[in-house]
Amino acid sequence: MKRFLLLLTLMFAAPALADSGLPPPELAYTQLRDPAKELRAKALMETLRCLVCQGQSIADSDAEMAADMRALVRQRIEAGETPDQVRGWLIQRYGDYVTYDPPFSWLTAPLWAAPVLLIAIGLFIARRSFGKDDDESEGQEGTRA
Amino acid sequence: MIAEGGLAALWIAAALALVQLTLGWGAARSGSEELITAVRRIAIAQGVLAALAFGILILLFLNSDMSVLLVATNSHSAKPLLYKFAGAWGNHEGSMLLWVTVLAVAGACVALFERRLPGKTLAATLGAQAAMALGFYAFIVFASNPFLRIDPPPPDGQGLNPLLQDPGLAFHPPALYFGYVGLSVAFSFAVGALVMRDVGPAFARAMRPWVLAAWIFLTIGITAGSYWAYYELGWGGWWFWDPVENASLMPWLAATALLHSVTVLATRDGLRAWTLMLALVAFAMSMLGTFLVRSGILVSVHAFAVDPTRGSFILALLGIYIGGALALFGARVGTIRQGSTFQLVSREGALVLNNLLLSVLLGIVFIGTLYPLVAQAMGQQLSIGPPFFNKAGIPVTLVLIVATMAGPLLKWRKDKWSELGRKMLVPAAAAITVTVMLLVVAPGISLNATLGLIAAGALAVASLVPLWKRNLRRTPMHIYGMVVAHLGVAVSIAGMASDAAFTQERLAAVRVGEVVTVGPFEAKLAEVRPTLGQNWSAVEAVLIVRKGDGKPFEINPQQRFFTDPVTTTSEAAIQTLWDGQLYTVIGAGEGSGKDARWQIRLWWKPFVTFIWFGGFLIAFGALLALVGRVRRERRSEEAYE
Amino acid sequence: MRRLLIWAPLALFVLVFGLVASGLFAPGERAVKSAMIGQPAPAFTLPALLPGKPGVDSKTFADGKPRLVNVFASWCGPCIAEAPQLMKMREMGIEIVGIATADTPEAMLGFLTRNGDPFTAIGDDRNRKVQFAFGSAGVPETFVIDGKGKVTYQHIGYVGPQDMPKLLEALAAAR
Repeated sequence: MKRFLLLLTLMFAAPALADSGLPPPELAYTQLRDPAKELRAKALMETLRCLVCQGQSIADSDAEMAADMRALVRQRIEAGETPDQVRGWLIQRYGDYVTYDPPFSWLTAPLWAAPVLLIAIGLFIARRSFGKDDDESEGQEGTRA
Repeated sequence: MIAEGGLAALWIAAALALVQLTLGWGAARSGSEELITAVRRIAIAQGVLAALAFGILILLFLNSDMSVLLVATNSHSAKPLLYKFAGAWGNHEGSMLLWVTVLAVAGACVALFERRLPGKTLAATLGAQAAMALGFYAFIVFASNPFLRIDPPPPDGQGLNPLLQDPGLAFHPPALYFGYVGLSVAFSFAVGALVMRDVGPAFARAMRPWVLAAWIFLTIGITAGSYWAYYELGWGGWWFWDPVENASLMPWLAATALLHSVTVLATRDGLRAWTLMLALVAFAMSMLGTFLVRSGILVSVHAFAVDPTRGSFILALLGIYIGGALALFGARVGTIRQGSTFQLVSREGALVLNNLLLSVLLGIVFIGTLYPLVAQAMGQQLSIGPPFFNKAGIPVTLVLIVATMAGPLLKWRKDKWSELGRKMLVPAAAAITVTVMLLVVAPGISLNATLGLIAAGALAVASLVPLWKRNLRRTPMHIYGMVVAHLGVAVSIAGMASDAAFTQERLAAVRVGEVVTVGPFEAKLAEVRPTLGQNWSAVEAVLIVRKGDGKPFEINPQQRFFTDPVTTTSEAAIQTLWDGQLYTVIGAGEGSGKDARWQIRLWWKPFVTFIWFGGFLIAFGALLALVGRVRRERRSEEAYE
Repeated sequence: MRRLLIWAPLALFVLVFGLVASGLFAPGERAVKSAMIGQPAPAFTLPALLPGKPGVDSKTFADGKPRLVNVFASWCGPCIAEAPQLMKMREMGIEIVGIATADTPEAMLGFLTRNGDPFTAIGDDRNRKVQFAFGSAGVPETFVIDGKGKVTYQHIGYVGPQDMPKLLEALAAAR
């Protein structure tokens, strides 16, 4: 019982907050002046994974690290880099894990091929449901068993 | 003593399930009328006992009986009554008990109301339902007993996670559960039909109301869950393609396909094997979802009580039931005669296309959700998120919408291309109108959003066409149901596309007294003040918002601090107007005194409410169809007698 | 063909079942690894966080000596736990460069006074730019840089006594 209670207290102990509590950098919670650039930055941020979160993008996370990464993305876009360059820079550091838009590779090929494959298989199966004949077969039970 | 009573009720219910399974087996083989009647009665008794056990758990929570471990860890005597009540299922053990209760009560309802199926098939169906209940009873009494005592009892409970103390979340899980587990009935029907090799229109008509009912709950559960995530997570998103969300979407997609294929089977005796397959898949997806959510094998933002041991138990049940049913399918479906085939240009043809596309969507969500595990198995890490689901899913969805427009306009059996073309003129005109309007008003929006708005406009019009030139008084209720549900899809898609196309965002660090603008709004940060709640403190912004020359209104987003456990949550303040929502959030402050600046996030989201409004319309349409179908069956039964 | 179609669902199910079972019983690595291993360390200069302690310039990495780059912070609990091990390595004569993540001089001074100071230099990585450049996803993390300035090893999480041999081995290999 004692062990169980201990387990309980552990389960409900507040998780250590790994936060500095310092104010975030300027561009973490403010937008770029140029709306076109902000639009590009925003679209990119929605596809970047927050590395310390439970499956959120940096565009909608309150984590400090996500805030810093948003600032980094905005600064680089501001400086004239393209979203692909910024994404590439991050992939170089963190691997494909950092992007929610998995780049095409031997590993992701089945993933990207899946939709097309599924449609092909679906069409093949659906084809069986359609009568080859015309009105004559109407109302009759199918004969193939 | 009352907790022990609950456990006893569970044990007896489990014993009854075992008897029900055995007798059901016997009845299905012998066809003895007495046995079939006995199975019916046992199923009802089992349902009553399971409901009793769950009722006892609710009672324990309402009484704040802290000598029960589950109550002590998930409730608090000072908690509002609503959350005491909801606490009963706001945890793993309680929700599994709810699961098995729904399973048993659904079986009892089948036993009570189902009169159309042949006795043998019904017995086999009830036997299958009992077999599933048995596994879950075992899971509960051996690995998730909600009635465990704690000695000595603590004076007060641990309370409920503050994030879960929300009316939306109190009722969203049970709605999803009713949907998930409601699909077990379709599963059992399919198993019963496979065992008895009895698949046809009668079977489809018997199954249809159950699928509809489960689907209504699923639709409501998903819609409510999406809205909850929207206002609780504080960044204005309403769907994140998160594994837990996908876990609820997959059974919904399968059930949507099933709902349409079962109509083909009921009306035209086609798609026999396919309908059986979908019934199995729909519940398989429910179980897979439950497994994914509780095992923690995928990373999710919607944290849940994760436990690998329990995960393996659920996985074992999944293997037994779904694997067993698919093996049965393989062994038996070859001996079931293929249903009738049909013409390409016909209602059936459109419904086959609908099924094909829904299944492809299901496949996309399924693969996208599980593929990170494939990568993991190969020692790689992969993130699959919105870009994949959008790229793969949106084109399929757009074609699906076209099928949804065409389907109801086509005749059963056989129609002509020319006829279809003529009827499609009206939605086509709507599509052109929307296109022109968009080109004039909003030429810069993304292609997906543009196509979404066009499709929504065309579908909204097309969904009403089946009522054209009909005597509206004599139109059957299920037709209205279909019209309303399809209109709901159009409304929901319009909301999604509008949110994607027209949302305006404003992030700023603001001093008190400063004004920020977003879309047509001017918001002045009038004050930032501390405020206190029952178990939290907060900073609250006073934003005075004015739209053009309109009357200003006040809106108060909060940043809440909970101490037990230490959590900070953003409470978005949302102002709903007829044409959209103003979504406001206050973040951290910086500096002090006059120089203090506050992070303010504002979104103007035109017509975003359509997303959830459409969801509820879909559910309402399904409800109309359900009532209409049941009434109609009853009438025809009376006429028959 | 029909037989194949009939059994395909079961086959698919078995496949998926195996996949999720393996995911459950043999969960893969959850920590986010840096992709910089084997690459030259990113080029950066960080100003000093503390007066009297130099900042960090990546150009100094290619001086022929292997060293540790420790990404840490005064607000991070596990960083306290790894301090004794870092002190021990410092005593062995290993050069340890600190990247202070989102930190202030006052807090850092307190941290070093309490837990000891194994660092030859501490750079002020206020907005985590260098942390991102290293592909580090949290604090603490420790990188081994060889004498040519190449990243050869990453240790994720705190350096416990049990991690010392591996780190020392990596350092020896980087010589």
